[in-house]
Amino acid sequence: MTTATASRYTAEYQTIASALPGQNLPWLQELRNDALKKFSEQGFPSPREEEWRYTNVSGIEKKLFSPQASLTAGDVDAERLKTCQLQDAWVVVLVNGHFSAELSVLDGLPENVSVMSMADALTTQPDTLERYLGLAANQAEHSFIAFNTAWFTDGLFVHVPAKQVLDRPIQLLHIVTGADTMATTRNVIIADEMAEARVIETFIARDGVYAAGLSGTGAAIARDGVYAADLSGTGAAAGTDNAYLTAAVTEVFVEQNAELTLYKMQSESDKAYHFGGCYIKQARDARFTHHNFAFGGLMARSDIHVDLDHASECELNGLYLGVKRQHIDNHTRINHLKPYAISRELYKGVLDDRARGVFQGRVIVAVDAQKTDSQMNNRNLLLSDDAEADTKPQLEIYADDVKCGHGVTVGQLDEKSIFYLQSRCIDEETARNMLTFAFANEMVDKIKIKGLHDMVLEQLLARFPQEGVNKEWL
Amino acid sequence: MLSIKDLTVNVNDKQILKGINLEIKAGEIHAIMGPNGSGKSTLSHVLSGKSGYTVTGGTATYQGKDLLEMAPEIRAREGVFLAFQYPVEIPGVSNVYLLKAALNSIRKHHGQSEVDAMDFLTLVKEKVRLLEMDEKFLYRAVNEGFSGGEKKRNEILQMAILEPKLCILDETDSGLDIDALKIVAEGVNSLRSPERSFVMVTHYQRLLDYIKPDKVHVLAHGRIVKSGGPELALELEEKGYSWVEDNQAAA
Repeated sequence: MTTATASRYTAEYQTIASALPGQNLPWLQELRNDALKKFSEQGFPSPREEEWRYTNVSGIEKKLFSPQASLTAGDVDAERLKTCQLQDAWVVVLVNGHFSAELSVLDGLPENVSVMSMADALTTQPDTLERYLGLAANQAEHSFIAFNTAWFTDGLFVHVPAKQVLDRPIQLLHIVTGADTMATTRNVIIADEMAEARVIETFIARDGVYAAGLSGTGAAIARDGVYAADLSGTGAAAGTDNAYLTAAVTEVFVEQNAELTLYKMQSESDKAYHFGGCYIKQARDARFTHHNFAFGGLMARSDIHVDLDHASECELNGLYLGVKRQHIDNHTRINHLKPYAISRELYKGVLDDRARGVFQGRVIVAVDAQKTDSQMNNRNLLLSDDAEADTKPQLEIYADDVKCGHGVTVGQLDEKSIFYLQSRCIDEETARNMLTFAFANEMVDKIKIKGLHDMVLEQLLARFPQEGVNKEWL
Repeated sequence: MLSIKDLTVNVNDKQILKGINLEIKAGEIHAIMGPNGSGKSTLSHVLSGKSGYTVTGGTATYQGKDLLEMAPEIRAREGVFLAFQYPVEIPGVSNVYLLKAALNSIRKHHGQSEVDAMDFLTLVKEKVRLLEMDEKFLYRAVNEGFSGGEKKRNEILQMAILEPKLCILDETDSGLDIDALKIVAEGVNSLRSPERSFVMVTHYQRLLDYIKPDKVHVLAHGRIVKSGGPELALELEEKGYSWVEDNQAAA
């Protein structure tokens, strides 16, 4: 990235700076200024950086995505939102990077629990945010974090007090409706001692494949199914090909013996750029599970970086589906800082057409982190000769009494499994479709929230050939 | 039911089956025994249509049709069932899904409508009880994390539900303890009928204590070297496979 491009963004920044939340907070102004300076110097990350070697975001250079200073009403289709909104959940809706109180659902929230927009939280709980904001996401890490810190317009704030167990999940519904828009949001999630909560981040565009698929506008193209049909068909005219930029950073704090499950469903438009970084700090005995469903976007990058304290546990699951020319990058890092912590990681990718999937997974075991138990796996299924999977698992172990393993596969469908299904009366093409679906469905089946499970399943079915997968039988 | 004549099969240009002749009538149970490497599994694979085998000569006629011409799934829909020696694990596909897909493929093949959901469940649950399996099995992924015995039992469960005409059991008894073997044998015996035939490929005579065959064939070096009644199995157990192999060498 040239600094010239960075300076275009920086110049644009001045048009929005005075409208950003937290104007009256000197610590935040300082943080933002520092971040803006870093970004101006570095620009967006470049493939020359080791952690970005497979992903070239220079496409963002060619565009100058513009932030929206405030919420513009009227351009969100309520029906569209409903298809992605969970029942029995508290829902915070962010439209083009701004909280919409009207569309959000926060009734019946226990009094001592905070679920609100970041802008509101900066007004009502500035001290808490001064302590936590920037604590897990280090803006020296890479310039997307700095970019987010400087630009964020709003976000989600969740604070669950000690021993509080939330019976309903909290959903963040992040929707971008405008072309050439950028939505830069910052989320902070805190689960105090022994608290338990589930949070879902949903990233969607104005018109999704899900909604388009249901409406049946696409012409029937057997090979690529509904998804491809909508890209080339009438769906595109309705706005599925909006180019925009999402840059979201989520900081998560799971305090002693607390438990948090975070789901991310990324289903951006097919021309969108998505950066979503999630940075987690787990205290002693804390449990954290992350499920990352990376389905959309022309270019999408996720960071999931976890710091583990004594005897804490984390589980990272991921599923990335790439078709056409999608590029989907998943970058995970697990820092075992103290003894007895457990980490489990499984990322699966299905790549068709000319899609490219990236998995970079790093596990670092500090010299003090004896008795670490860590397992990392990445499995890729390539459905076309032109699809590509780049996988790079890394173990860095400085302690001497640990159990760490990793496994990686890149390949086609297993011929033995195909024959097994054929011997059970199923024709070869159906068998291939079933196995492709099953490969991905293993990750979908891990979702414990029924409404979300069904929603993600719809997304999966919309993207791959459906012949052979009978939804009624699942 | 099945008529095999002078069947020769190559794997990677090496001849494995060197002229097999076998006549199986409806309702009969045939045991094919033999030492490891004799070609037993090759025979069951070729009959079920697995790729990687080249038929270089001979015929296999199933119910008057050329079996070797049919795709594997067509053979299965026509009623040929292979119980695998090593059942494959399929994460992400539940047992009940596979059973429904298989059963409906058969029904479609015969011009019948899809099975009614309630009837299907009743049928499946009845068979699950027959094989002393837990109903939870049905909703688990096919063979994933199953013990060896559970996998073999699952094969017989599929067989019981799909009701094939020709059942090929490839070393179904290998790796089973006596309790699991009894359950599997009971499952097979309950399926015996005048319209259904069985080919049991096995290394061990013990299976035949529980499933009584009509005919026993000894396969060695790609040929059937001896055929007889159930008493042949006992004789084999007593004298060992070297007995037939020596006989063949002498001949």
